[in-house]
Amino acid sequence: MSRKPYLREVPKTTWFLRQPRYMRYMAREVTCIFIFAYTFLLICALGSLADGPDAFQEFLNSLRSPWGVLFNLAVLVVTAYHSLSWFVVTPQAMPIQRGEEFVPGNIIVNAHYGAWAVVSLIILIWGM
Amino acid sequence: MSERQIQLEVLRYNPETDSAPRFQTYAVPCLNEWVVLDALNYVKENLDPTLSYRWSCHMAVCGSCGMMINGEPKLGCKAFIHEYGDSIRVEPLAHFPIERDLVTVVEDFIAKLASVKPYLIPREDQPISAGEFKQTPAELMKFKQYTLCINCMLCYAACPQYGLVPEFVGPAALALAHRYNQDSRDGGRDQRQEVVASDEGVWECSFVGACSEVCPKHVDPAGALQQIKVASTIDWYKEHLMPWVKK
Amino acid sequence: MAKSNKPIFWGLFAAGGTVTAFVTPALVLITLFAAFGAGMDMFTYEAIHAFAAWWLGKLIILGVILLSLWHAAHRLRVTAHDFGIRADTVVAYVVYGLAALGTLMTIVYLLRI
Repeated sequence: MSRKPYLREVPKTTWFLRQPRYMRYMAREVTCIFIFAYTFLLICALGSLADGPDAFQEFLNSLRSPWGVLFNLAVLVVTAYHSLSWFVVTPQAMPIQRGEEFVPGNIIVNAHYGAWAVVSLIILIWGM
Repeated sequence: MSERQIQLEVLRYNPETDSAPRFQTYAVPCLNEWVVLDALNYVKENLDPTLSYRWSCHMAVCGSCGMMINGEPKLGCKAFIHEYGDSIRVEPLAHFPIERDLVTVVEDFIAKLASVKPYLIPREDQPISAGEFKQTPAELMKFKQYTLCINCMLCYAACPQYGLVPEFVGPAALALAHRYNQDSRDGGRDQRQEVVASDEGVWECSFVGACSEVCPKHVDPAGALQQIKVASTIDWYKEHLMPWVKK
Repeated sequence: MAKSNKPIFWGLFAAGGTVTAFVTPALVLITLFAAFGAGMDMFTYEAIHAFAAWWLGKLIILGVILLSLWHAAHRLRVTAHDFGIRADTVVAYVVYGLAALGTLMTIVYLLRI
C-alpha cells in the first residue's frame, strides 16, 4: 500500500477572505497603519510647536481642510476599533486568579471601558 | 422521529488512483437528532464502504473525528444535523496533508506535542520516601483548564499562521507546554523555552484567536499563548537588564 | 531552534497597544475638533508650548509617541506577513527604521522646546 499524501495549498495573500473571523482579525491588524500615520501627524505638530507660534498656526490651518476632517474621522473610527478589540482580549492574556476562582472576564473588560472613559475625559478636558 | 434527506458532499482522495481530491455526493436519510458522524456511518454501512474517516467515542472526548464541516473545523460527533441545511460539505481537517478521504497525516502534530516535553520535570530529584506532591485546589486551578485538551487538532485547522507557516509549533502543543509550566509540581519551564520561546514557537502566533473559538473543550489555547508571551517577555527583560538575578 | 529576540519588540507592542487603546481616541477627537476649525482660541500656542516645555509634559509626550510608534511598527511587520510579504527581515528593518526615525524626530523636537 503506497502513501501519497496530498497537501492543499493555502493562498498567501487571500486566505483571510475565506472566513468572517479572519476578516475581523485583518480589520484589527490594519488599524496599525492608521495609528502609524496619526502618530507622525502628532510628530509634525510637535515639530511645528518647536518652530514657534507662526509655524504652529500654519500646522493648525493645514488641518482645517476636507482631507484633515476625513483623515481624523477615519482614524477616530479605526482607533476606537483598536481600543475595543484590545480590551476584549485582556482577560485571556492576563487572567486574574483569586483563590480557586478567576475574576470573570466581563468584569475585567468593563473595568477597562470605565478607565477608558475616565482617561478620555481627562484628556479632553485638558486639551480643550 | 423526523427524518430529512441530506446531500452529503464529501471530499474523496485515494492515493493509489487519484492525482487530486474530488467531491462525491451521497443522499443520506438523516434523523433530526443525528450528528454528521452518524451520516458518515450511514454512508459507510449502506452506500459506500470505501469511505475512510477516523472516529471512536462519538461523545467529543477522544478527539478522533475532527473534520471541516461547511468550511468550519468541527468534531463530526458534535456537529448536529439540525444546525445545517439540506446540503452539508465535509472535508478533511485543513492545514494537514490528506492521507486518504477524510484521514489526515498527523505525524507533524504528534512530533510537536512531544517537542514541548509534556511531562512533569520536578525541580529536584526526590526519593519515594519524601512522599507525594501536595497541591492546593488554587494551584490546581492555575493549570486545570489546559489539561482538558483532547488533541483533536481543530485549533491547527483554524489557525491561519499554522496554515501559512507549517513550522509553527501550534496552539495545542504550546498550550500543553503552558499546562506543565503552570503546574506547581513542575520545574521544567527553562527546558521547554528552547522550543516554546523560539521564532517557530509562541512568537509565530499573532493572536488571531480562531483556535480558542473552535476548541470543543474550551481550553482557550490563545489565552495560554498570550500568557506565555507575557512571561517570556518579562524573562527577556530580567535576563538582559538584571543578569545577576538567578532564576 | 534558538530563542527568539521577538520579546523586546513584542513588549513595546503590548505596552504601546495598551497606551494607544486608552489615549489615542481622545487625542483624535481633539485634532478632529481642530480640523473643524472649531474654537481656535482653545488651541493657544502658549498653553500647549508650556505643557511641552514642562519636564513631565515632555516625558508624557515622549512616552505616548514612542509607544504608539513601536506598537504600530511591530503590528505592521506581522500584518505584512499576513498579506503574503515573506521577506520578514527586510520588512522589519523598514518598519522599525520608520519607528526609529519617528523616535529621533520626537527627541529632537522635544529638546528644542
